[in-house]
Amino acid sequence: MKFDTPATTNPIDRLKVVGQPLDRIDGPHKTTGTAHYAYEQHEAAPNHAYGYIVASSIPKGRIKGIDLTRARRAPGVLAIVTAQSAGKLGKGKFNTAALLGGPTIEHYHQAVALVVAETFEQARAAAALVKVDYARTSGAFDLRAAVASATKPKDEKADTAVGDFAGAYAGAEVTFEGRYTTPDHSHAMMEPHASIASWTGDKLTLWTSNQMIAWGAGDVATTLGVPKENVRLIAPYIGGGFGGKLFVRSDALLAALGARAARRAVAVTLPRPLIFNNTTHRPATIQRIRIGATKDGTITAIGHESWSGDLPGGKPETAVAQTRLLYAGANRMTAMRLAVLDLPEGNAMRAPGEASGLMALEIAMDEMADKLGMDPVEFRIRNDTQVDPENPERPFSQRQLVQCLRTGANRFDWNKRIIKPASTRDGRWLVGTGVAAAFRNNLTEKSGARVRLDARGRVTVETDMTDIGTGSYTIIAQTAAEMLGLPVDRIDVHLGDSSFPVSSGSGGQWGGNSSTAGVYAACVKLREAIAQKLGMNPDDAVFEDGNVRSGQRTESLTGVAKGGDIVAEDSMEYGDLGKRYQQSTFGAHFVEVGVDAATAEIRIRRMLAVCAAGRILNPKTARSQVIGAMTMGAGAALMEELVVDKRLGFFVNHDLAGYEVPVHADIPHQEVVFLDETDAMSSPMKAKGVGELGLCGVAAAIANAVHHATGVRVRDYPVTLDKLLGEMPSLG
Amino acid sequence: MKPFSYERATSPAAAAAAAARTEGAKFIAGGTNLLDLMKIGVEEPMHLIDLNGLALDTIEATSDGGLRIGALVRNTDLAADQRVRRDYGLLSRALLAGASGQLRNKATTAGNLLQRTRCPYFYDTNQPCNKRLPGSGCAAIGGSSRSLAVIGGSASCIAVQPSDMAVAMRVLDAVVETVRADGQTRRIPIADFHRLPGARPHVETVLERGELITGVTLPKPVGGMHIYHKVRDRASYAFALVSVAAIVQKDGSGRVALGGVAPKPWRDEAAEPYLPQGAKIFTAHLLANATPTGENAFKVVLAERTLHAVLAEAKGDAS
Repeated sequence: MKFDTPATTNPIDRLKVVGQPLDRIDGPHKTTGTAHYAYEQHEAAPNHAYGYIVASSIPKGRIKGIDLTRARRAPGVLAIVTAQSAGKLGKGKFNTAALLGGPTIEHYHQAVALVVAETFEQARAAAALVKVDYARTSGAFDLRAAVASATKPKDEKADTAVGDFAGAYAGAEVTFEGRYTTPDHSHAMMEPHASIASWTGDKLTLWTSNQMIAWGAGDVATTLGVPKENVRLIAPYIGGGFGGKLFVRSDALLAALGARAARRAVAVTLPRPLIFNNTTHRPATIQRIRIGATKDGTITAIGHESWSGDLPGGKPETAVAQTRLLYAGANRMTAMRLAVLDLPEGNAMRAPGEASGLMALEIAMDEMADKLGMDPVEFRIRNDTQVDPENPERPFSQRQLVQCLRTGANRFDWNKRIIKPASTRDGRWLVGTGVAAAFRNNLTEKSGARVRLDARGRVTVETDMTDIGTGSYTIIAQTAAEMLGLPVDRIDVHLGDSSFPVSSGSGGQWGGNSSTAGVYAACVKLREAIAQKLGMNPDDAVFEDGNVRSGQRTESLTGVAKGGDIVAEDSMEYGDLGKRYQQSTFGAHFVEVGVDAATAEIRIRRMLAVCAAGRILNPKTARSQVIGAMTMGAGAALMEELVVDKRLGFFVNHDLAGYEVPVHADIPHQEVVFLDETDAMSSPMKAKGVGELGLCGVAAAIANAVHHATGVRVRDYPVTLDKLLGEMPSLG
Repeated sequence: MKPFSYERATSPAAAAAAAARTEGAKFIAGGTNLLDLMKIGVEEPMHLIDLNGLALDTIEATSDGGLRIGALVRNTDLAADQRVRRDYGLLSRALLAGASGQLRNKATTAGNLLQRTRCPYFYDTNQPCNKRLPGSGCAAIGGSSRSLAVIGGSASCIAVQPSDMAVAMRVLDAVVETVRADGQTRRIPIADFHRLPGARPHVETVLERGELITGVTLPKPVGGMHIYHKVRDRASYAFALVSVAAIVQKDGSGRVALGGVAPKPWRDEAAEPYLPQGAKIFTAHLLANATPTGENAFKVVLAERTLHAVLAEAKGDAS
């Protein structure tokens, strides 16, 4: 099915099941331990052995030799894989660095060997006996130092310019320039990367924790040099990904190689201390923002530049993305520059681009509002645009940023705010509030599904879509139930298997809308097949209350497939509505913080997010997405930072004791409001993404609240107490 | 993890003798720190002596009005003990500021005193660390040192002792009781228990080979306001950037130790007469010899400001 004209009324609009706050249907499996994750597929892959990764102890250089003598002799060892023994390997389309290093070493903790043994403990003990002789070469590890050598990235829309930015900025009545930095971030998902591989002849089955099954199957095949049809990926449950599992990582490749070498199924997980340097991360940025405006706060010039680094062949963090679309202004420029760094591979993490970009832009907007003497909510509203400001003939499909800001301000009692910073005290706490706009583009991706009505009148949905904790199982069941007029408990959903139709996968907050639209397409076909079977006219058949009705005739869905399953498969593809209309999601974050007057410890007191993201398919799972994202934003604002040792070339704090993420005590009451909207340009579901929107802008709202509480402006994340102490009021 | 042998201790003296006798032996009690370190190859004991069966898990009154805490008393139980809460509130508060509920349920009194540093380089066996591998160098000096020591460190090591409990015990003048391999017992004042690193940072306490902690005694209560103020980036489950343990009397005199700033709980009795003159003057004396790095110089300011808040709280001035 092709979606190339705006959606009109369709069965989803009945909203008997879709749009309802259903509990997630996979919840009981998760709470009873019957949801088996990749590393727990002991029944599917009986008698599997364990592989343990040996990781590079240098950040850059080459392997001169590997001595495996002692490791081979260690108890329980079945096989050892190195780049030398693995044979020729390709490189996946989505990987920058090789997943198995050697002889060249590209980054710290790059995998250089896998030791396979009977037990995990034996594999780990033997891995410690592998002796690698390295020749270390010097590398670039300091983004600030590498800025001068940064170049314009090749494959990206690196620069944009409209009007005369330089002239307009120079001539503006009020100008502001700010420089901001964001550090490298780790996804820090709960479930570590893990895979179990099993070969039958030349066919590989890989149970793995991966967000994008088709990409993964393709890259495993490419890397191993085998036909894609020989690779089956299975990922029924995924314990979080945040972009860290968009791509095949070393656990999957080495499990496959280890299983081939040991002639046994092999399980490989990445120990937590390995994840931070072995896998990908959100790259650090240095950003420069310039805003020129008239005295009444109308932006006349807006410029945003960003520098980031990556391994050779890598990509920039697209931190200027939102600045191209978020605010009006006749004269504008954006630019990205990419430096070569020999740190681990930078890549996508939840809301890549916008998350980092808004951390800077939304402080800059606050600073500019300060300079103009304007309320920061009003300043943003004054510069709203209903069209793509770089391309004004392109309207937004739906844009309720102003309504988000107004609704939020109202609910948060924003009008009672004392504008002057450092004016509110509550006991030991200096109290302040901050706001930021939330913005994230809505992407639509082709997505397919197969649906089957069986003799019991149950419907089974199969798609290689993944549920990374987001609620995919539930919204897909709701979609099928709505389309077929069935209760949700008559729908069975099977996900995450490359033998199922290719879906959008989970990434870029496109999964919710795109995967359900694919299920919609398949259900339209199934409805036609059912109507045809019953001799009804598909165009006037109504699927309702477990029955199909056409004219005076009503048939129960329980009986239709008595003679054999009725199966339909289709996918949803997209025309050019995404080009003709700018599709984005919007929100506003409001935060209140307390800053300890003595110690400058920052604690969040209240959080509110107002989101406009099309139809909300399930308000309960959507809210969970947003409060999780707000929590991630709190981490980005206040504590998360991969600390780079610029001499030794690695992320130093590579465990969850050193890389702090928020704990329960850090998170206060979180309120989430969804504006009631539908977007007919997005898909027949009229939904958009929400999982990344919830993160976008949170950190800046917190940083702005800290400034409002203390009068101290921190422009380098995370906003930690040491950056405030020097300017905190004297204690007398 | 290297293969290791294992035995259950039958008595403290026998455990000490076994530990002295056996190459590469280590005691294990709660294991909350040791097991983590074994998994990543930082600790590689060849033999473990499990103390959990020993009857060292009671808290008893002493004849001079103090308390004797068995080495195996779990942190949760110690923090919840009525006598501790009434007479040594500082200790209870310090314990509850540390780790998580689950860890406190397992962690023991003696194990808490012996927990290893949280210096990130200590945890990475690829990196030089004089504490982990004597003579290999110190990657932290000139590296990531935000969380590390501002005083008491050396050219070999700037690691911090991470215990909250030990900081409170330092203020309470606790005494560590041990039994040695020859069966002799001794009493080590907490002030002398942890060593400064000097040129030998791998030697962290004055315990001799095989010597086993059997308990910790607290002298009779000294009254006063008991305050433990721990400062950290996140609200819970994090090690202290700076902590202040204080007992402040009505006349403004008192005792103070700092955590998070040094290789041992940092107290200087000679500075304490200055306490009534306020946080600034007192901290200037207590940290007079501080040699912070660029990344952790804030701890000196933070210590003073935290103490300021503690002294205000002691006075009953909540703000």
